[in-house]
Amino acid sequence: MTDEIIVDVRDAHYSVRGRTIFSGLSLQAMKGQITAVMGPSGTGKTTLLRLITAQIYADRGEVIVFGENLAELNSRQVFAMRKRTGMLFQDSALLSDMDVFENVAFPLREHTDLPESLIRNLVLTKLNAVGLRGAAELMPEELSGGMARRVALARAVVMDPELLIYDEPFVGLDPIALGVILRLIQQLNQALGITSIIVSHDVNELSSIAHRSYLMAAGTIVAAGTPKELAASQSPIVRQFMSGDPDGPSPFHYPAPELSGQFLADTHATQSGGGA
Amino acid sequence: MTAAVAGDGMILRSVAHIGRIAIFFAEMGVQCGRVLARPSLVINQIYNAGGRSLVIIMLSGLFTGMVLALLGFNLLQRFGSEDALGFAAALALLKELGPVLTALLFAGRAGTALTSEIGLMRATDQLTAMQMMAVDPLRYVVAPRFLGGLISMPLLTGVYDVVGLFGAHLVGVQMLGIDNGSFWSQMQSAVSLHDVKEGIVKSVVFGFICSLIAVYEGYHSEPTAEGVGLATTRTVVASSVLILLLDYMLTAAFI
Repeated sequence: MTDEIIVDVRDAHYSVRGRTIFSGLSLQAMKGQITAVMGPSGTGKTTLLRLITAQIYADRGEVIVFGENLAELNSRQVFAMRKRTGMLFQDSALLSDMDVFENVAFPLREHTDLPESLIRNLVLTKLNAVGLRGAAELMPEELSGGMARRVALARAVVMDPELLIYDEPFVGLDPIALGVILRLIQQLNQALGITSIIVSHDVNELSSIAHRSYLMAAGTIVAAGTPKELAASQSPIVRQFMSGDPDGPSPFHYPAPELSGQFLADTHATQSGGGA
Repeated sequence: MTAAVAGDGMILRSVAHIGRIAIFFAEMGVQCGRVLARPSLVINQIYNAGGRSLVIIMLSGLFTGMVLALLGFNLLQRFGSEDALGFAAALALLKELGPVLTALLFAGRAGTALTSEIGLMRATDQLTAMQMMAVDPLRYVVAPRFLGGLISMPLLTGVYDVVGLFGAHLVGVQMLGIDNGSFWSQMQSAVSLHDVKEGIVKSVVFGFICSLIAVYEGYHSEPTAEGVGLATTRTVVASSVLILLLDYMLTAAFI
């Protein structure tokens, strides 16, 4: 494990249709480490992953991956960068017209000239690692959510990427599948030294495997440190997020008029309508 | 003044839309060349767009030919020239009804299937997943489907024409008693290569337009159920209007 920075987001600003998503967001993912990005729903965690993978570009600031500024890369260079990166999507994003085997084999067939026998061995090895070697001939619609996530993970690692990005990998998993995915992420990191960035709001799961955690809120990073440091933090927003309190600096309710005023106004309008 | 400004805005939006389609076509065109190196991708799509449309095309062709024979016989009988039925049916099918009706049916069956398939791939992040695997969806998904549609349309039109003539023969010769020799010989002597060429050109142009609109709308649909539905509707409406408009222009050009 070295101190080499694989992903370096520097003072990123990003807006969509006048709505600010990031206002000066900075974070780093170190080589061989698991970096967790946590935050309440709607804070732009998935958008951050799109920024890191050059699906979108920052309005201001820099996003540097493998030492290269993404804004300066042409499309061929972006594709070259993506060949070194694997991504696990929140809803798996398996190709619906291919069976499980072909889904995992897809990157190998597109980017290598490996003989069919070797592709078969590689795919079955990866499927075996996620416990789905026996499901190789199933179609995506025949898989449960957890199985689809594991197939997507096998596909994400089949090219042995240097950087692996997980978008909400624990959502909707039963405890067994969750434990399997957690162990797999750890194994990939420890055995192969893959740098991992995990975006999630599952505090306990992330704290158990992450080397460094970032907490996002209001378009920026509000806290960073090891999971233990975040757990011990006295910052109100960190405490609110780690303990799951509805009241605190991060509001549970979307901005709305006063509750009593709105209900009374509705009641008044109904009575006026009835009396007329 | 306000109406003039609104008109300008509409013209600008239309020009911008055409520009976006042109850029999309240019980007996809580059990928079409590369896709031809992997013919299996295109052959699969010829089967999807063409093979799976065969039943509806053959049924429509058969009934169109039969109706043509009934109408043609009724009309030609008034002038005592019912033997020209084969010639009349062949001209109507080859020059006009074959290409136009095949294209309209293609837009409704294969065009909507292409749009909704690509739109759903967008909505379920499959296209993004491909991009993240460093695979260009324009090359892997869009270009093969465009080429599949483009190649399928003239073939389907040919099938439509042949089955349509069979339908006309069935009604005209078998049911209404027109002489079999006259039916075919009149057709052979009067239909020229120019007429066949007109049908082929129309079917290629319609295939290009229908396929381009279908893949463009699918690729740019909003990634929601409603967005895919709207894109599918736009495919049918835009394809149908353009087919009829271009049909008029091509017919005028060939006269």
